[in-house]
Amino acid sequence: MPKIIKNGQVVDDNWQVWRDAETLPSADHVIVPLALWQQQRDALLALGEIAVYLASDESPKSLSDEDLSTLSFVAVDFPKFMDGRGFSYARELREQRRYQGEIRAVGDFIRDQLFYMKRCGFSSYALPSDELEAALASLNDFSESYQSSVDQPLPLFRRRQA
Amino acid sequence: MYAYDQYDRQIISQRVAQYRDQTERYLAGKITEEQFLPLRLQNGLYVQRLAPMLRIAVPYGTLNSQQLRKLAFITREYDKGYAHISTRQNVQLNWPKLEEVPDILEHLAEVEMHSIQTSGNCIRNVTADQFSGVAADEVEDARPWCEIIRQWSTFHPEFAFLPRKFKIAVCGSEQDRAAVLVHDIGVQIVKDDNGNTAFKVIVGGGLGRTPVIGSVIHEALPPRHLLSYLEAIVRVYNQLGRRDNKFKARIKILVRAMGADAFKAKVEEEWAFIKDGNLDLPDEEIARAQSFFTRPDYEALENEDLQALALENVDFARWLNHNVHAHKQRGYAIATLSLKTTGVAPGDITAEQFEAVADLAEEFGFGEIRSTHQQNLVLPDIQQRQLFALWQKLVSLELASPTVGTMNDIICCPGGDFCSLANAKSIPIAEAIQRRFDDLDYLYDLGDIELNISGCMNACGHHHIGNIGILGVDKKGQEFYQVSLGGQQGLNASLGKILGPSFAQDEIPDVVEKILNCYLEKRHPEERFIDTYERIGLAPFKERVYA
Repeated sequence: MPKIIKNGQVVDDNWQVWRDAETLPSADHVIVPLALWQQQRDALLALGEIAVYLASDESPKSLSDEDLSTLSFVAVDFPKFMDGRGFSYARELREQRRYQGEIRAVGDFIRDQLFYMKRCGFSSYALPSDELEAALASLNDFSESYQSSVDQPLPLFRRRQA
Repeated sequence: MYAYDQYDRQIISQRVAQYRDQTERYLAGKITEEQFLPLRLQNGLYVQRLAPMLRIAVPYGTLNSQQLRKLAFITREYDKGYAHISTRQNVQLNWPKLEEVPDILEHLAEVEMHSIQTSGNCIRNVTADQFSGVAADEVEDARPWCEIIRQWSTFHPEFAFLPRKFKIAVCGSEQDRAAVLVHDIGVQIVKDDNGNTAFKVIVGGGLGRTPVIGSVIHEALPPRHLLSYLEAIVRVYNQLGRRDNKFKARIKILVRAMGADAFKAKVEEEWAFIKDGNLDLPDEEIARAQSFFTRPDYEALENEDLQALALENVDFARWLNHNVHAHKQRGYAIATLSLKTTGVAPGDITAEQFEAVADLAEEFGFGEIRSTHQQNLVLPDIQQRQLFALWQKLVSLELASPTVGTMNDIICCPGGDFCSLANAKSIPIAEAIQRRFDDLDYLYDLGDIELNISGCMNACGHHHIGNIGILGVDKKGQEFYQVSLGGQQGLNASLGKILGPSFAQDEIPDVVEKILNCYLEKRHPEERFIDTYERIGLAPFKERVYA
């Protein structure tokens, strides 16, 4: 079975990204485009467990609170690893929408971004299977950070001890 | 000056380890060229025409003697014994080896230095007025605010992959020496009617191929909101800035496309979520930041009358007039060390000069040195009674060229001699101009003229805001130079207008001379070049040059 990094560990995972926005998949455990979800919500839910991915130009504002509670999880797609919009989307889901479920990074990103992704609220990372064990280390490149973010809402200046 | 605590030290040392690992994986072929590119750029490492270039951060242009000695050591050990001061107050090495950069970072970390975010599409090193804390016309010291911004922006998890680079400058004086109107964000410290500190926030300024003067989106932001407001601005930019065309990706394009009011409305909408939250700056944190920038132990001195000394020694008088600025503390002065000696690339400094300046900073000051966006160094706390002794030492070090603020104090990028982006060389242009106009009395008679040279439209040499701007362009594979007039920096910042068709390299000194002759003929008594230009416009200069 394919594997991903989830909650800091390498685990089995049978979810697949379904990039066709026109056609329904034939089985569940698929991560579908937002447009397909918006048009075929009931048909998709009839299949079973469904997740949605946000393309890099699709803000979380396009997902309703009901969407968030119905979907198995939300994924954020990186079309190119240099496209950093998804970092803001993950924070918005956690900090403004109070979304508690899984946020998965999919698409073209690299292990050297995992530390930042984790700080922004991502909880799982679909990287190529052969990179996963080594990539775990990148989640912990730093043990301290200056900013307020999802994993540590208090900025360092509110925690600093002389 | 800010001093690291255990948190800062840990972050910097983990950074060295992280970058060492990334470099090793790259050299072992485990990271592709394309993937390594942003990783090395966010560490200030470019791959240039002849060798890599490493840009070392000098946060808001503040250095100490120990750091200068370390830089001297690094340039000898890992480079060719000299370095370059950039227009963002940073230090650049021209010849480091890619595989030795992690070792260089380790040496830098020992003196609380690094090269974090000196390049790449992230929030860059924050810059400030080089006279912060000592300028006579200061409203408030910019450095504590810069340090607060430095920490917030260092490894900001959300903003490491922005549409494009992002530059913030802070100015705390009446005269703007930080170019706040031409930054992605400019922060101008102001005082309200009750004497309370506030920030005027300017967004969407910039140079480059589309030069724009920024728009004010907040007239008086209370200090505790500084970070939440900055975060809201960058968050809006990260989501809405263009990513389809790198030449349209800067925030200035977004602000212009949306309109400043609509952009401000978006920022306020985003700000509403985070305002008054964890990013709110407590008074204790502001006080902590300010505690690092207290006034040094000045002696109680009277102002010195140096006229007699100046009368005896015309060279000293020239230096005193041009390279020394007023200090807020009675009996003290600010001395600018010119890195514009003719024959040396503007902004270049040798290892020996680094060490000598480190010694002078300790002997004559409090061990502190500033780097300037004009590519000079500054000794900020010199007793007026010691200026003559300091000057004598600077003369022997070739750091006393009495041309600060004159046309020969040229701002100049490394250009085609080093940079792989450049269309044309810029250093030989600077040298040719300095050689042509080497008569000091002539230069002084010209008064304040800023001449800036960029080797390409990325505008590292700030040619748009030079009174005379020179831009290297590529014309069918040949290096040509476009001349513009009327740009200026400061709070009346304006962008130069192109004079006309471009020129070959060897024509430039003649062109500059014609422009100057036109000015000398047309000027009113005491009128600066820029004021004459604004009065008579471009046409008379154009006629003269192309006649």
